[in-house]
Amino acid sequence: MTLSAETLAFGYPGRTVGRGATFALKTGEVLCVLGPNGGGKTTLFRTLLGLLRPHGGRVRIDGSDLRDLARRTVARRIGYVPQAHSGYFPFTVADVVLMGRTAHIGLFAAPSDKDRRVAHETLETLGIAHLAEAIYTRISGGERQLALIARALAQEAPLLIMDEPTASLDFGNQVRVLERIRGLARSGIGILFSTHDPDHAFLCADRVAILHDGHIAALGTPAETVTPGNLRAAYGVEVSIQEVDMGAGRRRVCLPSFAASP
Amino acid sequence: MSGRRIAATLLPLVALAGAVIAAFAIGKFPVAPVEALAVLWAKLTGGTHGLSDTIETVVLRIRGPRIAAAILVGAALAAAGAAYQGLFRNPLVSPDILGVSSGAALGAVIGIFLSLPVMAIQGLSFVGGLGAVAVVYGVAAAVRGHDPILVLVLAGVAIGALFGAGVALLKYVADPYNQLPAITFWLLGSLAGAAPADLTAAAPLTLVGLVPLILLRWRINLLSLGDEEAKALGVSTGPTRAAVVAAATLMTASVVSIAGIIGWVGLLIPHFARLLVGPDFGRLLPASALLGGGFMLLVDTLARTVAAIEVPLGVLTALVGTPFFVWLLATVRRGWQ
Repeated sequence: MTLSAETLAFGYPGRTVGRGATFALKTGEVLCVLGPNGGGKTTLFRTLLGLLRPHGGRVRIDGSDLRDLARRTVARRIGYVPQAHSGYFPFTVADVVLMGRTAHIGLFAAPSDKDRRVAHETLETLGIAHLAEAIYTRISGGERQLALIARALAQEAPLLIMDEPTASLDFGNQVRVLERIRGLARSGIGILFSTHDPDHAFLCADRVAILHDGHIAALGTPAETVTPGNLRAAYGVEVSIQEVDMGAGRRRVCLPSFAASP
Repeated sequence: MSGRRIAATLLPLVALAGAVIAAFAIGKFPVAPVEALAVLWAKLTGGTHGLSDTIETVVLRIRGPRIAAAILVGAALAAAGAAYQGLFRNPLVSPDILGVSSGAALGAVIGIFLSLPVMAIQGLSFVGGLGAVAVVYGVAAAVRGHDPILVLVLAGVAIGALFGAGVALLKYVADPYNQLPAITFWLLGSLAGAAPADLTAAAPLTLVGLVPLILLRWRINLLSLGDEEAKALGVSTGPTRAAVVAAATLMTASVVSIAGIIGWVGLLIPHFARLLVGPDFGRLLPASALLGGGFMLLVDTLARTVAAIEVPLGVLTALVGTPFFVWLLATVRRGWQ
């Protein structure tokens, strides 16, 4: 399955944020979107999910235009992980994950035993089965993020879109979430996620898109795109990219430096 | 199910049954539960009960209809409140958030001002309630490019204020000896005039409103996540929300038209129900309806017995509701975030 943006212009009603976005996400790959605040990452994601109308161009899932698909059909193709929020009513984590099953549940029906089983399996996949009966509004931010990922997995969609899944997480949870992302891609799911940390791209992305001023400034492998030149253009800071020996292989890391050295 | 969960599910039913027994037993002419049952059974089967005609009149014509009306009103307001709180993701929302009460009030006040018969006043009130929400929905639909839920609430506040101004104007020009007391009485809510005919009009409409809420019980949980997340999870939020608003408005308008404005029930009872059975709407809806019916019946029993004259229901629900709500705020953090 392929999600593709074709010369997509995106934005809010009355204000176009970006233009000319062309790229594709295939199942089994991780595509990481980097870019400064206000660069249009969230707006782009919302347009890819059909939550905002394209201002030009189109979004396709395997050739069909997103606008021709019912919400339910889209939800069975693309799972969405929003930034972790605090929630409103004190649902249990199990209930929150069950909500991911909605696209598989009839309009007038409630979740079946099968839905409950799928929800429980996703909790186990993510290693948070012990949180099933915990109240979503009272667990930690990292646990909430994992619960929202579990909810998206319960959708059983082949593609996932994650809006800054590592934002507001501590260092350990960031690494754990990135590890899950890599694992999900190995199991055949295609993942599009945004982050503020270029090292995350080196850690778990197959390809990287740099979104700056509403345009995709660079698109390619991490080694091709996460370069001092591209990062300077996007963020206006000096960085040095180094290769380090990790024992099991070499990995690139991104080292920022202050503009005026002391 | 754990023992605690069973107890939480049964409590609303037990509370309602207790309120019914109390309502029959308390008053100028007390009726024992057994007597009430005997009369009702005789009426249903066409047999005889061997009790006095006075008891039969009290059970079938005076207290019975009033008890049924109280349960209907409380259940409808609490169920509608539970639906609206989920829809607007806000536990401080009550059924009149979209202007149904102010619309119903304006309709009824116009009816009283024109000295129309009771049935016409109730009809105007019902139409006013539905009309106000329709206007609010229309205004919100015309304003695009904002969060649809926020626009709906703000349009409800604005239209509610407009209709409130209409009510104030009519009160100002109404005949102060004849019409003004009737208007004031209606605006404070009462079941003193509840007749079997009111029930046959309001009960079917309330049930018609209840059915979509039962059917959409799972989707209503999703709506409480907000428009965008619900959509991303596969819910067509626009039509679903419209169906829930229509259903809850129909329920509220039906009972407000026979009982007048009764605040607090639709705000308070869903909270209490959520503490008992949790936020899942499939369990919250029946718990809210049963608790709302029981609470309204208790308040109405107080209203007709606590003083020499009938105390307006709106006054009593506020008297009981305010301390209870403050207690909830101060002691319980489980019901909402």
